[in-house]
Amino acid sequence: MKWRMGAALFSLFGIFVATYLYLYKIGRIGVLACGTGGCETVQQSPYAVFQGVEVALIGVIGYAGLFTVALIGLRPSLRRSPAPGLLLALFSGAGVLFTAYLTYLELFIIHAVCRWCVGSAVIIAIVFVMSLADWRASARSAKLLATPSS
Amino acid sequence: MAAEGSGMKGFYVGLAVVALAGVGVLGYLMTRPTSVEIPADVLVTASDTAGFQGYALGSDSAPIRVTEYADYQCPYCQNYAVVQFPTIKERLIDAGLVQWRFKDFPLDQPHPNARLAAHAAACADDQGRYWQMHDAIFQGHPTWSVEPNATGTFRSYAQRIGLDVAAYDTCMREARHAGRIEGTRQEGIRLGVGSTPTFIMNGRRYEPRGMTYDALKALADSIGMARDSAE
Repeated sequence: MKWRMGAALFSLFGIFVATYLYLYKIGRIGVLACGTGGCETVQQSPYAVFQGVEVALIGVIGYAGLFTVALIGLRPSLRRSPAPGLLLALFSGAGVLFTAYLTYLELFIIHAVCRWCVGSAVIIAIVFVMSLADWRASARSAKLLATPSS
Repeated sequence: MAAEGSGMKGFYVGLAVVALAGVGVLGYLMTRPTSVEIPADVLVTASDTAGFQGYALGSDSAPIRVTEYADYQCPYCQNYAVVQFPTIKERLIDAGLVQWRFKDFPLDQPHPNARLAAHAAACADDQGRYWQMHDAIFQGHPTWSVEPNATGTFRSYAQRIGLDVAAYDTCMREARHAGRIEGTRQEGIRLGVGSTPTFIMNGRRYEPRGMTYDALKALADSIGMARDSAE
């Protein structure tokens, strides 16, 4: 359960990072706290929009989804179920793949690195690892409960 | 079970604290004045414009000197910059026939980012990259011209053209060239500039249609012929 709690906490961090970038993208924050200016370069590039949707907004929705699944999975009736852990691992795994694609674009196409994007990449990787650990732990616990004692 | 319940309660309280702190930080970031404003009501001193004859491109010995008064947010200026100017630069300026001087004439009322753009270019000039910024701003016109405040977008151009971003930020924050920009605008008004882009050549004003590559080339040729016949 501690892994699921951790996944919820880090998903919340992810919501704030993605919201910060989205607020910049829609012009509600004048300058990003970035230091090098790489964040603006990345955010102003055509790759900051994916299939017509701002990448930052995809991040907000994705992290909000992970946060919701983790919180629902912490309800007493689901705490020992491996299903929320599996769902979290699948969603955050997709997030890791999408982040890998975005990181490739930053390094080899845009030639600029956004520190906030790196922060988000670290967060999604942590959520993924925690989700896998949660799934494994809850599946083992469910198996133990299902085994009849002699 | 009771211990688990109290542990969960503590977790939810912690989560609520993190959520509140996050909302507070985002709220602060949204309200703090991070956007740069370049004042128009600045007192223009003699030192602001002393010795400034526009951002020059081309040889000082070129037979033709053109001064362009332009507004970065003006769509006609943008069109001129991306359609006519590259040919003029390649065939006339680089060939030593024309020297081009760019002067700011921001029209604040319809173009709220114009003065900011002029200042971003002036800060790039401090680092010897005026024309790279000039090109980046005009090329990015469709993006930043619709933004409420284009501070961040111009900063991304500064980074892209290789400026020292920290020095650029300081220049922008201090509105270091606000006096010069306003000074050249007032100078343009005195010379009769009423719209942008307006070109001045040998004391005569030209509208954009009169300053095409063909018109300039014909003028350069006539000057060349006059020189040849004089020799």
